[in-house]
Amino acid sequence: MWDVEIRGMASAHAIIAASIFMATIMPAVLVEKFSVYGTHLVWLYSVAGSVAVVNIAVFWLLGISPPTKKNTLSYKLSKLFRSCVYFLLSCLFFHTVVVLYGAPLLESALETFSLAVLLSTFTTLRCLCILGPNVQAWIRVFSRDGAMSVWDTSLQITTGCSVVGAWLGAFPIPLDWDRPWQVWPISCSLGTTIGFLTGLLTAPLWIRWHRKQLTYKLK
Amino acid sequence: MKSLPVLALLLWICSLFYMGILLFVGGFLLVRLEVNRTSTCADVLPPGADVKGDFCLKEPRFRRAVVLIIDALKADFTRYDPGNTSPRAFENKLPILDEMASSRPSQARLYTFRADPPTTTMQRIKGFTTGSLPTFIDVGNNFASSAVLEDNLVHQLGQAGKRVVFMGDDTWVSLFPRKFHRSLPFPSFNVKDLHTVDNGILQNIFPTMEGDDWDVLIAHFLGVDHCGHRFGPDHPAMAEKLTQMDEVIRSVIKRLQNDTLLVVMGDHGMTDTGDHGGESQKETDAALFLYSGSPLFPTPGSQMEPEVVPQTDLVPTLALLLGVPIPYSSVGQVLLPLFPLNSSLGASMSLSQAEALWINVKQVNRFLETYSNMAKDIPADGLSQLQSHFTQLSSQYLSSVSEGAPPSAELTASMQAYLNSVRETCRASWARFNPLKMAAGLLVLGLACVACFVLTELSLMVLQGSVLKAPLLSGLLAGAAVAACQLFTLGFVEVSWCFGAGALMSEVAFLWRIRRAFTRGSSSARLSVWLLLNPPLLVLFLRCASLLSDSYVISEGRVVTFLLFTLGLYIPLRLNWDGLLVPSPPSDTQKPPGLLPPALPLSTVRRESTALLVSVAILVGCLYLSLSFHSCREEQGSCQPSAFLTPLSRVQDSRVRNLHYILSVASLFAWAFLLHRWLRHYGNLNCTSVAVFTARCLLPLASICMGLHWAVSATPGDSFRNLAELISLAQVVLPRITFGLLGLGLLLLWLDPLTVFLKMRAPLNSRGTSVPPPKYRASTGVSPQAELHHLIPQLYQRIRQSLEDGGSEGDEADGRPAVEAYGLGTVYSAPLVLLCGLLGLGLLLLHAEGMAIAFLLMLLQAAAVLHLHSSSSTLSSLQSHSSVFSVPWAPVVLWSLAASQFFHATGHLPTFPSIQWGAAFVGFPQGHSGTVLPASLVTLNTFASHIMFAVGCPLLLFWPLVHEARGTRTGRSGEDGDDVVMEMRLRENPQQFSSALLQLAARYLFITGAQVLASVCAAAILRRHLMVWKVFAPKLMFEASGFIVSSVFLLVGVTLVMRVDVAVARLFQKLLPENSR
Repeated sequence: MWDVEIRGMASAHAIIAASIFMATIMPAVLVEKFSVYGTHLVWLYSVAGSVAVVNIAVFWLLGISPPTKKNTLSYKLSKLFRSCVYFLLSCLFFHTVVVLYGAPLLESALETFSLAVLLSTFTTLRCLCILGPNVQAWIRVFSRDGAMSVWDTSLQITTGCSVVGAWLGAFPIPLDWDRPWQVWPISCSLGTTIGFLTGLLTAPLWIRWHRKQLTYKLK
Repeated sequence: MKSLPVLALLLWICSLFYMGILLFVGGFLLVRLEVNRTSTCADVLPPGADVKGDFCLKEPRFRRAVVLIIDALKADFTRYDPGNTSPRAFENKLPILDEMASSRPSQARLYTFRADPPTTTMQRIKGFTTGSLPTFIDVGNNFASSAVLEDNLVHQLGQAGKRVVFMGDDTWVSLFPRKFHRSLPFPSFNVKDLHTVDNGILQNIFPTMEGDDWDVLIAHFLGVDHCGHRFGPDHPAMAEKLTQMDEVIRSVIKRLQNDTLLVVMGDHGMTDTGDHGGESQKETDAALFLYSGSPLFPTPGSQMEPEVVPQTDLVPTLALLLGVPIPYSSVGQVLLPLFPLNSSLGASMSLSQAEALWINVKQVNRFLETYSNMAKDIPADGLSQLQSHFTQLSSQYLSSVSEGAPPSAELTASMQAYLNSVRETCRASWARFNPLKMAAGLLVLGLACVACFVLTELSLMVLQGSVLKAPLLSGLLAGAAVAACQLFTLGFVEVSWCFGAGALMSEVAFLWRIRRAFTRGSSSARLSVWLLLNPPLLVLFLRCASLLSDSYVISEGRVVTFLLFTLGLYIPLRLNWDGLLVPSPPSDTQKPPGLLPPALPLSTVRRESTALLVSVAILVGCLYLSLSFHSCREEQGSCQPSAFLTPLSRVQDSRVRNLHYILSVASLFAWAFLLHRWLRHYGNLNCTSVAVFTARCLLPLASICMGLHWAVSATPGDSFRNLAELISLAQVVLPRITFGLLGLGLLLLWLDPLTVFLKMRAPLNSRGTSVPPPKYRASTGVSPQAELHHLIPQLYQRIRQSLEDGGSEGDEADGRPAVEAYGLGTVYSAPLVLLCGLLGLGLLLLHAEGMAIAFLLMLLQAAAVLHLHSSSSTLSSLQSHSSVFSVPWAPVVLWSLAASQFFHATGHLPTFPSIQWGAAFVGFPQGHSGTVLPASLVTLNTFASHIMFAVGCPLLLFWPLVHEARGTRTGRSGEDGDDVVMEMRLRENPQQFSSALLQLAARYLFITGAQVLASVCAAAILRRHLMVWKVFAPKLMFEASGFIVSSVFLLVGVTLVMRVDVAVARLFQKLLPENSR
């Protein structure tokens, strides 16, 4: 049962990672003068959009989402609505954090917000898919023995990696190398993406490696 | 409490760091005194028979000169090898020089021109205009501006009425302001810009040469240097640049007249990667090309030609050729081939070789005498040798002149030897890095850091055994041994080496002892490398690593804020990861209940985590707001310094000025109010001691004086004309009153730091023999009459009981009065908070008015860090296994990095031009007579934030205890009767108290010391870097001075804590006899 779950997770992660690559390659074919540095926001939103779609589809198909108590349409709609609100709030939250970290406040606010959207897609959206719009559960997941399934552990790893990647992405900005990727927010969004990919890769491996130590409480 | 061992250990660690810094700086920063005298035409150089003077005697050889300086024109660039068929990018690109030198040997010469380190452009320009050997710090130099104050060629040319026209690198204009007849500076800062300066010169040089409005033309090309920095020498761009220079020289030669001398020179060379600054031959060897339209040199082979020309030699040569006095501090030697062998042979008006040399020798001797009277850094035996050499020379020369015979060749050679040895002596003491000293300094500093780290981890063990004696003794012995050795072999003692040897020996002995004690001792105190890998230390490591890159040093303020922000967010995330931030879910059914750790009550957790999150929010807010008080370095292109940094008197718009004033005064009073409020809350304002008088009267009075002073100094000069006298009086008196009040406050605080109010109460019960269980009550919560509750009844019983256990068995418990002590719970922290408040006001007075807001932010941020620390330690109190009072790394790192953060957020920068000299004139608008007072005022201003955080450091130890009241009152008091006693807990456990205090102080020192070590490493490793004198060396100076100031004030803080401890002990002793009567 363990192996089946890990294998399923690995393939789901592979699909998400593939979608990131596709989102980089497709616009290069479709859009004229596309480059990751030059038309950075196009790339960013294409990656964010494809990851969002693939994430939602994968988790919907796999049926990972928490069981719903009521199955009425209005309840589902309100849940969907709350999810959207949470996503928006998380974008604003990340935007604030990034500004507090030293991003310019007024100029290039669009770029900063786009970075926040990317971060939210990689972190909050997965939380929403796996845990539903339930902040209590989110806080619980990010503690040492808060994970209740393989998916929770993978969520911990990918989220941590994405955020650390964005944090590391800020490091080259002050250097005087004059490279195109040092422009705000390219290094940070690249760092986020690379961190997320690393998280996708490491999560199955890590869980497989530590499967003896991992024991999940029953829900 | 063991106060002496703690202080001794801290002093020992500090002095280790000091010695390491001293040793390194002694080898790295070359210091030289500037002689502020100038030569004039009328000077008579002793011994001189001629009364008319030695300089400007005759018609000069040349009327005009063109000096083309091609920055970084390496000697290799100018060699021409016709056999080389596949030249590299920098080879064979300047054929004109070789062509001229071989086809017209009597008119042109090409030499290797050897520069002295440091081979950076500014030092080199100073070098070949003053003829001296400039070092990084030329003492006597005005730090605020970079103008050359020493006597120099540009000044002499101006004095002689020559019209000096300059074009090119704008460094010259800042070095010689208002000295040029005409100047066309172009910006030199952007290293990536290869063409602006050169094209600017090319547009102007030929029209200028063809005109007649010049005597000396200086053109400084930067393209070659910038090309080297950007691409390295072996790059097509370099070929292009050198070819362009070749054409420039050709065109200049074409336009040259016969009475004009052409000098083409490089100021330094470059390494294979295009850098310079150091002392390798590739960096020092530049090229020198001399040309004149009329015959200038003797035929080749007729006399010995120098292979290599030292850069200093250009100055006396040019001076004598152009007929101006040799600059006073020049130690150069005239280039003999440019002078005729004897005056009869050449043109009769020019100096002969021997005459020129004689003037040169006399001038150098005069400088040497002046310098050795001012400074003692030239060794005495070398000096006396030079003196005797000169006496011998002068007698020989004068006798040969009186005989009328031309001076012999031996005499000429002897004079040259004299000049050479003078230059070598000077160079040995001024212009050489001392790698051995640098390495030794690094070693001492590194080991000091290791010792400090060991001390932080094993403070309890170190305090229990007397570890310090052996290291101190061995250190003293080693120092004395080295001193004795030096005295026997060298004849004099170099103090820094003795200190270094002592420090090194003492560190090794300490570590050795610890190792032995450690292997024998219990395994409970594990010291592992893994300790270094926890996130707070990782943040510290990143901070240290950032000091090794010039870009990060330039944007240091933001980097530190970034790291602090990360650490601030890490603490709640970590607590959440450990499951401590939110109330734990109902207990687990799978585990047996016995194994469950005891949990804090739900309400406590909830309250503490709210407090924690609120303090994180305040911390983050302060961090963000503090970014808007930064100043700008010149390297940061598009940066606007904070508007609050300008003094109010310079703000033009009156509305903005009023707004700033109101904001500043509001922050000032908020500062005073918050302090007052805190002290009152903990009941420290009830008694009648002098410390309370300070808090109640002096603090508000001082703030009022400051507010008035700001108002007075902000008034525009022309608005109140009839009150001008009063205003100027107020500008002197008000700050002085403030200083006086604050100084008085500090003195009173030191004399009687206790803020405890004792109230005797009639006995509530006289139950006879049964001694009630020891019970303290130091504080209860926050009620309107809070101070009524801050008391410790029955404190006395506890003291008595312990005394009875120890000695007297008398049973005299009857009629025992209870004692209430207000403010005993914060007896340690109250004086410290008060000290911080007073110091903060004093330091604020030295800053611009707008900085009051930054200081308020500093207070808020410090409070936020303290609360963050106390909440997180309460939340994790059940988990941590460390000793009772031990302060973890995270808050100490936060606290210490905040010092760097507010260094920047109070408008300071680690560069010399940004020092706020205005601080020296607060209260002394007329200036000073001495140097000690202004220097200390400027130091206080510069390191204000370091001082504040260092003094306040022990608060980190006290804060969780102060807040224990809030945390555990509802929870535990009901269970085991363990009432809150706040800081009295420390007195119960003096051993733990002293070890925790030692640990905290050592941690703070370690963090500061590690940053010093990092910047020392940066300076040592990157001593060839382009930015070493602009970024790394000033950073090292600021970091080292910051460490010294911090450590001194940390010791002040720790000493105050000990002073309080002594006073508390005395108070308890006093209580006993009074009450047992």
